[in-house]
Amino acid sequence: MMVSFTLNGSPATGRVERPVSLLDFLRDELEVTGSKSACEQGECGSCSVILDGVVVCSCLVMAADVEGSSVTTVEGLESEETLNAVQRAMHETGAVQCGFCTPGIVVAATDLFSHNPSPTTVEIKEALAGNICRCTGYGAIIRAFETLAEESA
Amino acid sequence: MEVHHPTSLPDALRAVAAGATPLAGGTDLMVEINFGHVLPDHVVGLRRVEELKSWEDSRIGAGVTWRRIDEHGPKALAEAARTVGSPQIRNAGTIGGNVATASPAGDGLPFLAAVDASIELASPTSARHLLWSDFFVGVKQTAKASDELIVAVRLPERLPSRQAFGKIGVRNAMVIATVGCVVTRDDDGETTVALGSVAPTPMRAHRAEEMISAETSPSGSALAEFQRLVSEEVRPITDHRSTEEYRRHAAGVLARRLLERCLR
Repeated sequence: MMVSFTLNGSPATGRVERPVSLLDFLRDELEVTGSKSACEQGECGSCSVILDGVVVCSCLVMAADVEGSSVTTVEGLESEETLNAVQRAMHETGAVQCGFCTPGIVVAATDLFSHNPSPTTVEIKEALAGNICRCTGYGAIIRAFETLAEESA
Repeated sequence: MEVHHPTSLPDALRAVAAGATPLAGGTDLMVEINFGHVLPDHVVGLRRVEELKSWEDSRIGAGVTWRRIDEHGPKALAEAARTVGSPQIRNAGTIGGNVATASPAGDGLPFLAAVDASIELASPTSARHLLWSDFFVGVKQTAKASDELIVAVRLPERLPSRQAFGKIGVRNAMVIATVGCVVTRDDDGETTVALGSVAPTPMRAHRAEEMISAETSPSGSALAEFQRLVSEEVRPITDHRSTEEYRRHAAGVLARRLLERCLR
């Protein structure tokens, strides 16, 4: 069956023959590889995308079930090829080590700041509770968003 | 592969009766698919069915997400919702899915047991509701017929004035409960204690309830006896997450602490 949806603001269509995840569909069929595949069970958050306005793990979304929906991946977050505020904060604070978790963290944090421009440290930690950094570089990640929250306050 | 995207409940029920696998938030089903445990070739996506997302007072549609319950639910159910997975999981996972999976560790289930909730089931030709204790029959086993869909959870219209949820696990977020517990206490002293992860299904500690409900202002020794009875009544097992002994001990301690919260 064919699946049609809106991906990062543009129409996207692909063929789905099995109950694959949106994550695998994005990466293998549409070759949009910003969302990373790690745990495939919703534990690590590296595949986070925004589906119809809410942040979810794309490994837990069935590709065939996004028909007619709107999906935003990390590729859709930069504006006119410049970093968004969350990406810039991470860049300036050195909140990226190996980079594998970074797309998921950018998506989750962008969702947080879009609803809450000056979150507290606790709110930042709660919003990122589902995003695991395998380098354990949480200190710099939290500091990046504390700084951004102060700038927005 | 055949996938339906119904927008009405009758269409969804027809698809389920025709053998389609129901897909709600996907937080359980997709894990099974990703790990190759199941490979459904006929699926009905439920997230466009408005009837399932409706929430009227004490009737919570099966498609209501944990995020909405965290924001708007009764106290102890909202506390449970806040411990479900992560923001990503709470945005997708639903109360109906929690009930359908019927894991002994389901975070929402102790509350349903504590307040004697019912599960509403429907097929194209029938509708019924079952008390939680008739619905959950074993580990991941329910009394739902294969042609039925869980459409809502019904709470009593009046809930106990004091309620508390607690959960023990290895970290705060993203954790599957080693023990989950809800204690409720009403103005007349009537107390309920429901626990998860300590038996094949959610369970009530009836002897502990009976003993403490009779105490209008429980003393320290009454609380200790309550804890002892809860530990005695649970039926935990040893598995990769914990031991029988630890779960038994933790269940009693957790229940007593939650009761103390209700008494404050």
